[in-house]
Amino acid sequence: MLFPPTSSPAAPPRVVVTGAGIVTALGLGWKPNAEGFRVGCRAFRPVSLFDVSRQRVKVAAEVDLPATLPPSRLNYRQLARLDRAGKMLVLAAQEAWQQAGWESAENLPLVLGTTAGGMLHGEAYYRQALRQPSRQRQQATRAIHYQPQVQARMVLDALNYSGPITIISNACASGGNAIGHAFDLIRLGQAERVVAGGYDALGEMVFSGFDSLQALSPTVCRPFDARRDGLALGEGAAIVNLETLESARRRGAEILGEVIGYGTAIDQHHLTQPHPQGHTTLNVMRQACANARVTPEEIDYVNAHGTGTVLNDNSEALAISEWAGRRAATLPVSSTKASIGHLLGGAGAVEAVISLMTLREQWLPPEIEFETPDPACKFPIVQKPQDASVKVVLSNSFGFGGVNASLIFRRWA
Amino acid sequence: MSKIFVAGIGAVSPAGWNVAALRDALDKGEPLPVQTLARPGWEKPLRARLVPNPPARPEFLAHPRLRRTSPITHYAAAAALEAVTGLRGHPAAKNLRLGIVACLQSGCVQYSCRFYEEVLKDPATASPLIFPETVYAAPTSHVAALLENVVVACSMVGDPSSFLLGVALGAQWLENNCVDACLVIGAEETNWITADALRHLDRSAIVAAGAGALCLCLDSRWSVGIELTTITDAHTYSAKLDRAQAAQAMRQQLGNNSPGDLLCDGLGISPRTDAAERAAWGDWSGSRVSPKRILGEGLMAASAWQCVAACDALAEKNFGAANISLVGSNQQAVGARILICPPPRRRATSSHELTGHIDHRRERRVGPGQRARFSPGIISECRLAWRPLQSRKRRQAGAGES
Repeated sequence: MLFPPTSSPAAPPRVVVTGAGIVTALGLGWKPNAEGFRVGCRAFRPVSLFDVSRQRVKVAAEVDLPATLPPSRLNYRQLARLDRAGKMLVLAAQEAWQQAGWESAENLPLVLGTTAGGMLHGEAYYRQALRQPSRQRQQATRAIHYQPQVQARMVLDALNYSGPITIISNACASGGNAIGHAFDLIRLGQAERVVAGGYDALGEMVFSGFDSLQALSPTVCRPFDARRDGLALGEGAAIVNLETLESARRRGAEILGEVIGYGTAIDQHHLTQPHPQGHTTLNVMRQACANARVTPEEIDYVNAHGTGTVLNDNSEALAISEWAGRRAATLPVSSTKASIGHLLGGAGAVEAVISLMTLREQWLPPEIEFETPDPACKFPIVQKPQDASVKVVLSNSFGFGGVNASLIFRRWA
Repeated sequence: MSKIFVAGIGAVSPAGWNVAALRDALDKGEPLPVQTLARPGWEKPLRARLVPNPPARPEFLAHPRLRRTSPITHYAAAAALEAVTGLRGHPAAKNLRLGIVACLQSGCVQYSCRFYEEVLKDPATASPLIFPETVYAAPTSHVAALLENVVVACSMVGDPSSFLLGVALGAQWLENNCVDACLVIGAEETNWITADALRHLDRSAIVAAGAGALCLCLDSRWSVGIELTTITDAHTYSAKLDRAQAAQAMRQQLGNNSPGDLLCDGLGISPRTDAAERAAWGDWSGSRVSPKRILGEGLMAASAWQCVAACDALAEKNFGAANISLVGSNQQAVGARILICPPPRRRATSSHELTGHIDHRRERRVGPGQRARFSPGIISECRLAWRPLQSRKRRQAGAGES
């Protein structure tokens, strides 16, 4: 039953990650992404997916998808109906599932974050309806498959399992909220295992939206740099398989890291702008720390939301500086959006997997184009590839509409 | 496990801008008039049930955040404000921490279409004012700004059955002490593209717009006398579980019906679309109401209307409990059950209440001998399920006057 919950654990179980899948413009899977993030590789190139000749900005971080997806239980019809977003989602889910070594299951929740879902189908529907009003071919299929829950069902079918689907659409905080919600489900005893993550593909409408807002950088995306002039868009997906420590130990599973804290709240300041002082950001970071029972002194790296816009980075910098206190002077911070762009609904999940990479492989992802720190930054930005002792990582995600989320991960050793 | 109560309900629908209008429309049992939507390139218009203009401009529209918002935000805000009316008037509820779960299927289609149309004409001149209003999270954000004391919010997307997942999330927040009360809102707006898309999936369905809201709380003092007792599992459709099987599984989890119960189902006017739900509830012998038949296919708003109508029926009519059946279009089947609970704040309308026996035992007391008091629901005509109740209420009202 969804309500009342069937069981309530005496003490919240520890939640570990036993599978992670990632798709970004740096590559498909953990290895190419880890290699790319470790050296601060930048994956931007001219947009080829749609016409940008009339746009102010003409670059983004596009994913090179394979011609055919790895074998799964999806039939050829289902495969034909996957758009770019759906393909990235299934690829990430397959990688995470295989890494976790999970097998067919029932009543296994899937929690996804996305802002656009199958918007590419929606765009195609709209264009055909306007330009060829009497042509009906493929419109019914598009009307169904633009809906994110239908894409989510593809994940279930591809991996041969079943369970409740929850789609969270808190704009760019969606991926972080999805993992946080999955964490809550396990901690509250409502599930022993959960598949969670986020995804979004580049689309003409969303790209044009950010371009119209003049939020895209016409030069180089440089989060927290004093000369920053906007964000860069990307696309991708990430999935994590979460389970109780007990379940992982029972299976003898390899543990990639532990989720130890989650905080979320809503900033009511403005639809698209954060509170200038970052009050809500400060609140969610404190919430996550309280939840994880750690202090800022115990955090070894912050994977910031860091979009590269003037307003976001200033607000986040103030919040991190206040939250960290004296620790700020030595707390390494960076935004991996400098490498792969802003993945919107996928960002929080992709950055969660990057956080796991830093914990597993003991390095910090640099922003190699970073030059001049913003005065609001009381903390050092990771500018060069470096190895580091990383035990606890905090990852921030914020979205249009004001939802903020912070996740905290701990190294498993 | 704490009990979850309903502290208030709100609705905006093609019937009007409050729950009373929704109730009146369901009581009358006549499908509401259909409007037309012009579709570019077509001579024949599409059909829809739109929300009528409010009698007066709602005051909340003066809020600066709502200046440029689209109808979905207006509907969500109006339903939310109506649902928290009682709570706001309660002295003990001052400074409470409010949560919002907003559930959507189509979401902000009006501005999305408008913005994309501008992009297709020339992206260089597409309006930056419109784009932020296209995101699913926009209505949630505006309602949060309007209500001010919102501490956490979540926008959920899915087929209409997801509304009950939103209710479950609200219950989880309450149980976890994240909030003192939680608004769960289902909202949709419509335009020609939604009507066109729906036509591909169900030719007889008439798209509708509006919103519904439930305000949940843990504190029984704030309750309107209704308790949420059950939300079934989400029975997700898959290769192994088709829609009919999922509906049946949901039905089984809600248990055997008592003759005094109400079923608030999601039946519309399409035999094909309704087949799974109709089969699942084929043995239902109690009263039933099907809001979609009257109001139209409001997608997520329709699910919210079902929940609101069920709560309203318990509060205003003579039912002890209600089952809510949400058999979604392409995701899952989920059901819920709500009960009358003490202490009721509503006006006593039945002999049970007059004698004070309106607690959970009432479910068992309404036995076969009392079944005649409730008209058996007739699936094919919703109004028949309501009529005897209306008559009885009128009789009671008449007796009171004499």
